[in-house]
Amino acid sequence: MKKQRKTNALVEVIIDQGAILGAIIVMCAILGITTQGLFFSQSNISNLLNSFTTNCILAFAMTCILIVGEIDLSVGSWIALSGVSICMMLNAGWSFLPALAVVLIGGAIIGGIVGAVIVYSGMPSFVVTLAMQMVIRGVAELICDGTRVSTTNEELYRLTTMRILHLPLPTILTFAVCLGLSILLIRTVFGKHMYAIGGNRNAAVYSGIKTKKIIIITMMLTSLLACFAGVLVASRVTSGQPTAGVGYEGNAIAAAVLGGVAFTGGRGTAFGALLGALVIGIMTNGLNLLEVNVYWQTIIKGIIIVLAVYIDTIKKKKMV
Amino acid sequence: MKRDKVLNMREINKAFFGVRVLEDVTLELHKGEIRALMGENGAGKSTLMKILTGIYQLDSGVIEINNQQVTIKNPLDARNHKICIVHQEIALAENLTITENVFLGSELSRNGFLNGQQMIERAQRVVDSLHLNLSAKTKVSKLSIAQQQLVEIAKALVFEADIIVLDEPTASISEDEAQQLFEKMKELKAQGISFIYISHRMEEVFEICDSVSVMRDGRMIATKQMNETNMDEIITLMVGRPMENLFGEDARPTGSKKIMEVKQLKNRWLKQVSFDLREGEILGFSGLVGAGRTETARALFGIDKFDSGKILLDGKEIGITGVTDALRHKIGMVPEDRKGTGLLLDASIAYNLTLLVMKQYIKAGRVNHKTEKRIVDIYSKKLSIKMVSPKQKCRELSGGNQQKIVISKWLAFQPRILILDEPTRGIDVGAKAEIYQLINQLAKEGYSIIMISSELPEILNISSRIVVMREGAVTAVLDNANGTVTQEEVMHWAMGGQTL
Repeated sequence: MKKQRKTNALVEVIIDQGAILGAIIVMCAILGITTQGLFFSQSNISNLLNSFTTNCILAFAMTCILIVGEIDLSVGSWIALSGVSICMMLNAGWSFLPALAVVLIGGAIIGGIVGAVIVYSGMPSFVVTLAMQMVIRGVAELICDGTRVSTTNEELYRLTTMRILHLPLPTILTFAVCLGLSILLIRTVFGKHMYAIGGNRNAAVYSGIKTKKIIIITMMLTSLLACFAGVLVASRVTSGQPTAGVGYEGNAIAAAVLGGVAFTGGRGTAFGALLGALVIGIMTNGLNLLEVNVYWQTIIKGIIIVLAVYIDTIKKKKMV
Repeated sequence: MKRDKVLNMREINKAFFGVRVLEDVTLELHKGEIRALMGENGAGKSTLMKILTGIYQLDSGVIEINNQQVTIKNPLDARNHKICIVHQEIALAENLTITENVFLGSELSRNGFLNGQQMIERAQRVVDSLHLNLSAKTKVSKLSIAQQQLVEIAKALVFEADIIVLDEPTASISEDEAQQLFEKMKELKAQGISFIYISHRMEEVFEICDSVSVMRDGRMIATKQMNETNMDEIITLMVGRPMENLFGEDARPTGSKKIMEVKQLKNRWLKQVSFDLREGEILGFSGLVGAGRTETARALFGIDKFDSGKILLDGKEIGITGVTDALRHKIGMVPEDRKGTGLLLDASIAYNLTLLVMKQYIKAGRVNHKTEKRIVDIYSKKLSIKMVSPKQKCRELSGGNQQKIVISKWLAFQPRILILDEPTRGIDVGAKAEIYQLINQLAKEGYSIIMISSELPEILNISSRIVVMREGAVTAVLDNANGTVTQEEVMHWAMGGQTL
C-alpha cells in the first residue's frame, strides 16, 4: 500500500514536470552531439554543477518567498555581504563553523526584521527588498572598503572542493536543501499554510492562520539560504567579493518561475525550482560551449523565460 | 400598446470542448419589457448573456435586433447594437472618476486628444437623469456599492442602450437601495428601454418584472407572464421537480442554556451590540446593509477589535483579540465573501476542507493520507458535495458546492458556535434548500448558530430568534420559535421604529 503511494507520487511529479524534464533531456542530447561529447566531459560537468548550485539555492530561497505571495530582490546582495563577512571573520581568527553559523543566523535575523517591516507596515515587499538590495550591497562594500577579501582558510576551501562518492559537496548539499525544503512544504502544517497565504491571504486570515508570523519566518529562511549560497561562492573563489552576485535575483526568479512557481503566489515546489535552475545552468553552459556571443546569451535567456511563463499561463487557463 | 420586438435570439447553440451548454435556446424581448431570466447555476443563463454581449461566439443560431439579423463578435459590436450588460461583480476602475469610467474604452476624442469637457457634460446629464445627486467628477472609490451599480447603468445610458442586461444587481446592495434601483428601472422602461434581469430572488422578480424565462440544463424551459404564474411554479420549472418545502421543517430548534452573552460591544462600526446565544439554536441577524451585522460577526471572530464591551462564554468573560482566540474558544465563521475570504479557489477540495485540521494528519513531517481522506469523505458525504475527485480545484465547482466546502471546513474543526454570514448568497434554489436543511440539522446536533442574511424569507423561516440591527445597534430581539414573526415586524425594527 505504502509502496504504491510512493510510486504514484513519483509518477505525478514526472507528469507534472514532464515538459521541463523533456527539455532537459533534449538539451543534453543536442549539446552532447553538437559539442562532440565535450558537454559530458568531467571538467565541463563539474563546471556546470558549480554555477548551477549557487543559482539553485537562490532559486529555493526565491521559491519560499514567492509561495507566500511576496518577493525578495535582495538575495544577490546577500551573496556579497555573506561572502565578505565570512572571509573577514576567518581572517580575524574565527574558526570556520562558528563563522558560518554567525553568517547564517545573522542573515536570518536581518531577513526576519525586513519581513516584520513588510508585514506590519504594509509596504510592498518588492519596494522594501529593492531598497535592501542597495543597503546590503552598500554594507558589504563599506566593511571591506570595496576591495576583495582573500582568505587561505582550508575549511572554507574544502567546502566546495570536497567530494563524496565522486560528487562535489555543494551538489550534495543542494539536493539536501531540496529534500529538506520539500519536506517543509509538503509534509508540515507550516508549509501547507505558506501555500494558503500565497493563494488567498484573506482566506488564510479567516482560517486563523498566523499570516504575519509565517511570512516573517519565510523571509528568515530566504535570507538564510541566500547567505548560504554566498558562502559557497566565497569558498569557490577563496575570497569575499563585494561585487559578487549582482543580478543573481533575476536568475533565481527565472529558475523558480521556469520550474512552475507562480509569480502570484500559492503554487510551486522545491523540485520544480531545482529543474528550473538546471535548465538555466545547462543553457548557459551550452551556449558558452557553442561559443555563442555573450550578449546574445542574455537575449536568448530573456526570450526563453517569457516563453516558459507563457506556456505555464496557457496551461493554467486551460485548467480553469 | 403595440409591442415591438427588439430582440429575437433563435435556436442558439453553444458547446465548450464538446460539452453542449446551450441547446436551441430561443429568447424574444419586446420594447419596454423587463424580462426575468431565471434558472439554477449552470443552467446556461450567463452563457446566453455572454453570447448576446459578445464575450462568447455562438456556434449556430440567429440573433435579430429590431428584426434585422446581426452578428455580435465582441463587446464593441454589442455596444454598437445598443446592448449593454451590468455585471454582478462591479467592474469599475475605483481610482477613476465617474466620467472616466463611463467612457472607459470609448473615450470621446478629437485628433487623438481627449474631449474632456464634452465627456463630463454628457456623463453629468445621465447622472442627473438617474437622480444620483453627484458630480460626474467624483472618484468611484468614494461611492457606495449601490451608487457604483447606478454608474454602471449610467454607462449603458450614455451609449443610448436599448437593451440592458442586469446580472444579479441586488446581490450586494440593501433592500432600500434595491428599491431605488427598481424606481430607476421603471422610469427607463417607460422610455422604451428593455431589460433582461438575472436574479435568484423571487420577491424581486415578482415586484419588478413583466415576464419570466426559465432555463434548465442549457435549454429554455418556459416563458410566462408574471401575472399568470406564481413562485411555486417557477421553482418547479427551475429544478424540474416540485419543491416540497424550501426551508425544511416548520419546527425550530429552540436551544437550551445560554452559551454566549455579548454585552455592550462597541467599536468603529458598532454603537451598542448586546444579545445572547443559546446552545443549539439558530439566531438570525437581520437588518439593512450597513446595519453592522457583518461587523458584529467580525468582532466576535476576532477580525476587528472592539473598544469596549464584554463577550461571555459559559458565563465567563473571554478576550478575543484575534482569530486565534476565536478558534481557541471554538468559534467558527463562514464569511460572506466566499471567493474573497472563504476559499482558496486554486487549491484542491481536500486542501480547503482540511485547512483548519491539518495538525490531525500531518505530524513530524509525515502526512497521513488515510486520515485526510477520512475527513474529506465524512464531510463530502454529510453535505453531499458534488465533485469529480478531492483533488479537483474549488474554482471549478458551482457556488453551492463551494459554499458547502467552506461550511465543511468549519464543521471539520468542530466549533461550538458557527457564524454563517449570508450562507446562501449567489447559490441556486436546489443548493439553498440543502443548506437550510443542513443548518437545521446542525442546530439539532447542538451547534449554536448565528445566521446573518439579507433575505427576509430566509431569516423568518429558519431562525429560532431574530436579532434586528440598525446603524450599529441591536434594535430588537424577536422570538420566532413558532415562526410567527412577520416581514413587516422585522422591517419596522430595521428601519428605525421604536415600539409597535
